[in-house]
Amino acid sequence: MSATASAGPVKEETPFRRFAREFAESKLAVAGLVVVLVIAALAIFAPFITPQDPYDLAQLDIMDGRLAPGALNGAGTMHYWLGTDDQGRDMLSGIIYGLRISLSVGAGSALIAGIIGSALGLIAAYVGGKIETLIMRLVDLQLSFPAILVALMILAFLGKGVMNVMLALVIVEWARYARTARSAALVERRREYIEAAECLALPRWRVLFRHLLPNCLPPLIVIGTIQVARAITLEATLSFLGLGVPITEPSLGLLIANGYQYMLSGKYWISFYPGIALLVTIVAINLVGDQLRDVLNPRLKR
Amino acid sequence: MITWLLRRLFQALLVVLAMTVIVFIGVNVIGDPVEILISPDADQAERARAIIALGLDKPLWEQYLHFLYGALHGDLGRSFVYNEPALRLIGSRMPATMELAVTAVLLSIVIGIPLGLFAGLKPNSFFGRAAMAGSILGFSLPTFWVGLMLIMVFAVQLGWLPSTGRGHTAELFGIQWSFLTRDGLAHMVMPATNLALGNIALVLRLTRSGVRENLTMDYVKFARAKGLSPTRVVFVHVLKNIMIPIVTVIGLEFGSVIAFAVVTESVFAWPGMGKLIIDSINVLDRPVIVAYLMMIVFLFITINLAVDLLYTVLDPRVRLETKE
Repeated sequence: MSATASAGPVKEETPFRRFAREFAESKLAVAGLVVVLVIAALAIFAPFITPQDPYDLAQLDIMDGRLAPGALNGAGTMHYWLGTDDQGRDMLSGIIYGLRISLSVGAGSALIAGIIGSALGLIAAYVGGKIETLIMRLVDLQLSFPAILVALMILAFLGKGVMNVMLALVIVEWARYARTARSAALVERRREYIEAAECLALPRWRVLFRHLLPNCLPPLIVIGTIQVARAITLEATLSFLGLGVPITEPSLGLLIANGYQYMLSGKYWISFYPGIALLVTIVAINLVGDQLRDVLNPRLKR
Repeated sequence: MITWLLRRLFQALLVVLAMTVIVFIGVNVIGDPVEILISPDADQAERARAIIALGLDKPLWEQYLHFLYGALHGDLGRSFVYNEPALRLIGSRMPATMELAVTAVLLSIVIGIPLGLFAGLKPNSFFGRAAMAGSILGFSLPTFWVGLMLIMVFAVQLGWLPSTGRGHTAELFGIQWSFLTRDGLAHMVMPATNLALGNIALVLRLTRSGVRENLTMDYVKFARAKGLSPTRVVFVHVLKNIMIPIVTVIGLEFGSVIAFAVVTESVFAWPGMGKLIIDSINVLDRPVIVAYLMMIVFLFITINLAVDLLYTVLDPRVRLETKE
């Protein structure tokens, strides 16, 4: 017994504190988390932060089109710190509003796909038999085609639009959750607490979602974080190709696409800054995801 | 082995069939076939005639069989825009895409494997760490944005490379190729690099982890104890053993390189299949879309099958497993 232990009762470290301490071991991951939180705050409070409402055509002045970063607007009242696009829209405002769309489409689709995929994966592991074979065959089939191709196919059938992009992302993403949930559930299913719950004659769905699911969550959270980043990238790519969100409310990908034609004449900022915003977002989310994987992985437990 | 092969072929056939059903449902049930298959410029009388001519008044299963019959005979409709059979149109754009994809895969091998070997042998050196950090960027950077930045730096600012198109082509076996002329090669540098980036990162990581894993194995210790030179141990013994997973992954990735060519081709205005499909989706040239999807599905299943076979031939352990 050390001196500190005898000085007072030893405080048990709560699981959350332990988790937070282990997460904070990587400075890079903490920085990533801070960036993610700042970006999320920017996206949520966009109307209160941005100097201009980029969707309100009355606020745009076409005479201010394609101004370089730092330029003063025509009325001399404000600076365009990141320049303007071809319609005289302030790029800074456009980017923050674009983040809003990119983040909500990315996080929203990852969440829906997570719910559907995890449920199917758990059912596959718990029920087994023909249902398991059917679900896992679908997963294999889905994963053998690249995401971009499947998304392209769905959008070619359904047409553009925010809801269709979300649907495409959900269809592309569910399989990874299902595979992860199943492999986690296969391990947990054989544990005593599941047996105990079954002995209590609890209904099946209750065992499945109240007992099995919470114990399968850690790997699903890790996959979920990385899938959000993947969804944001894919949405940006689809929007860049002109198959994603409508032009009236551009996401980051569409902003980049809009600047493409002007880049060849040296007006780089219309494409460059939205790209940087996209990049920072994706890298930050991936950093958080990587550290979560290390912290939540039981094999690396010290 | 023969039974296994037959079963595998049968499975592949089933998947192709399933995909024809999905594409058929996508076009005929989710979308409106009249709008999809008949040119939007057609008037009312033309429409009615076309509906009967296309058999859209018939029951769904009969339509599906008709579609399947057409697909088997290489007839997937005519493009509205080019007024050419859709399959022939795609076929004419295929060499450009293949040329780009093969170059990208070669680049990922030529760059990825040496870098991965180095990072695996000296994981704590500055260069080894830099290669790993770079590979993370290679994964997270969106392809299309990297492409734009390449154009901005090398075409607009420095003026070293041409920004878009295929450049001059030369004929070989009756097909036009870019890699045969100097100008064509200059046009290929940026798109091929752009397409290869993700795979370079992937091959690098695979090689690195393979080297690190194999270096601790008994056969390496034994080879060293025999007094073989370190170069021989690494390049003959270790490399041979890590090639199996790398070959598999490169094979499987070839499909996704073709898929991602859609993005790269759009950025660099490279006139391949990928650019064609994006243009077709934008002008709703649906026969071309259907033909492209069927073609790519077929390509994918063929690639998967080939890789499976190759894997079985390469790795004796898998060969034994399938025999049982």
